[in-house]
Amino acid sequence: MAKRRKLFETIIQFLIRACGYSTVLFVAAIFIFLLQAGLPALFEASPASLLGLRWYPIESLYGLLPLLFGSLVVTIGAAVFSIPLGVATALFIAEVAPRWMREVLKPFVEILAGLPSVVLGFLGFLVLAPLIRTTLNLPTGLTALTGSILLAAMALPTIVSVAEDALDAVPKSYRDGALALGATKWQTIWRVTLPAARSGVLTAVMLGIGRAIGETMAVMMVTGNAPQIRWDGLFFPARTMTATIAAEMGEVAGGSAHYHMLFLVAILLFLISFLVNIIASSMLFRAKKRAERMLS
Amino acid sequence: MRIPRSVVQKIAFSALTAIMAVTILTILTIITFIFWNGLPAVSSEFLFSMPREGMTAGGIWPAIVGTLYLTLGTAVIAVPIGLLAAIYLSEYAPDSTFTRTIRIAIINLAGIPSVVYGLFGLALFVLFLQLGSSILASCLTLAIMTLPVIISTAEEALRAVPQSFRVVSISMGGTRWQTIQRIVLPQALPGILTGVILGLERAAGETAPILFTGASFFLPQLPQSIFDETMALPYHLFVISTQVPGMPVRIQYGTALVLLVFVLVMNLSATLIRSYFRRKRQW
Repeated sequence: MAKRRKLFETIIQFLIRACGYSTVLFVAAIFIFLLQAGLPALFEASPASLLGLRWYPIESLYGLLPLLFGSLVVTIGAAVFSIPLGVATALFIAEVAPRWMREVLKPFVEILAGLPSVVLGFLGFLVLAPLIRTTLNLPTGLTALTGSILLAAMALPTIVSVAEDALDAVPKSYRDGALALGATKWQTIWRVTLPAARSGVLTAVMLGIGRAIGETMAVMMVTGNAPQIRWDGLFFPARTMTATIAAEMGEVAGGSAHYHMLFLVAILLFLISFLVNIIASSMLFRAKKRAERMLS
Repeated sequence: MRIPRSVVQKIAFSALTAIMAVTILTILTIITFIFWNGLPAVSSEFLFSMPREGMTAGGIWPAIVGTLYLTLGTAVIAVPIGLLAAIYLSEYAPDSTFTRTIRIAIINLAGIPSVVYGLFGLALFVLFLQLGSSILASCLTLAIMTLPVIISTAEEALRAVPQSFRVVSISMGGTRWQTIQRIVLPQALPGILTGVILGLERAAGETAPILFTGASFFLPQLPQSIFDETMALPYHLFVISTQVPGMPVRIQYGTALVLLVFVLVMNLSATLIRSYFRRKRQW
């Protein structure tokens, strides 16, 4: 009996360990399989054509710049909308709202995080795009701007949730100190609480933007998908990296240059998201270390 | 002239309140708009019959069933792995470089764009492991995507259980696994459940990962095994709102509504479980 239990314990602990290690394996597998299918693209297309200004696979033109530009424009647009909105919402929930309201507002904002991106894309396509076309008097409503607005809505809950946690973690003594010196509530928030939580708030912003770069379906449905670089690109159709993969992978022959090229785009996305997340989490880690130092 | 600081405070607080109101109103508008336009389309025929006439008539039953299959399949794969990984991180993992590597891997998994998961699933499960475009390949892809959510919420729930509980159990002669199984897990269950539901909610609503791994444009019958392709609500909504010309708007809104209700119910239950048990908890 005792022997069997011991055997069972050994087996279960082995399983626990294996599952813990498996996450590293998954990341490695993802990277390896992307590399294996994407690296051949580097030999099939010359570096000059990869840096070209046209993405036109039918004529074997694989310029990545228009796609990078599309992702960049849409993401910057989303950041411009979602950062002030998100940080302000987090400030309201953490600092202004009474406790009971906080318990309601936080899950409510998180509903937005759960909305499938196709649902937002569908509404964007049917409602927002026509609205943008008529109000801004554009030839089409399927623009980078339309995508930016949807992405802002998707990045918002991440920013609010992480930033609110950071604000909430600022020790109460900081606020008490500022108030005791005669600062108003707002001065305390603006000059003490927000600066004290800044690395957490920055992390929130990074994670929100990371989510925006990787979004696919909503962006594909509302940005018009024309790969082009122009200075007023925000008001014209754009083609992001994610939308390119989603739109073209279905029609591509396995093993063709185009197929490899789409995997190359995926490698780029993987590296960008890796970078963004590492920076975001190391900022949070440093902030934690600093807080520990200050408290001890 | 300096503006009195009490006025500055008034302006600032009004601005914050206004922005909060905008956020709330946006969310409410999205939800009521879909309910308002979608409800007239929903009937038992719409929910439980097959699509007809090139999907412009009939129901969305196969898409509903498909999404249920995909969500359940994802749960079957992701929950055990995620839970055990969370137990490892909270109860076993030493404070070492390798543990930090695991944490970085989890953070990284959480950040990978969903369409990249789709390509990975295509390369590994569909082509390399020759599972073909199938429910199984889709579930495996969705499961890996869901893992980081489940692991981080479950770990947080496990860590929240006070250390004294473990100490008492071990001092009574319980083994490490007995302590986890009978003391720690039951205490952390509500938190774990919340994380699982939130992870699955994301999986249920995703389109990009199943695009090339198992989602089908249209099927005349329900899938017969896990090696068949399947229709799914998010992909169906994408197809009928962008790919099918002359699609009645009513059916589009109806489909959006069903998908929305699907994820809202999951979201709401996660929130309720969390707040109910937080109130009941005695430590």
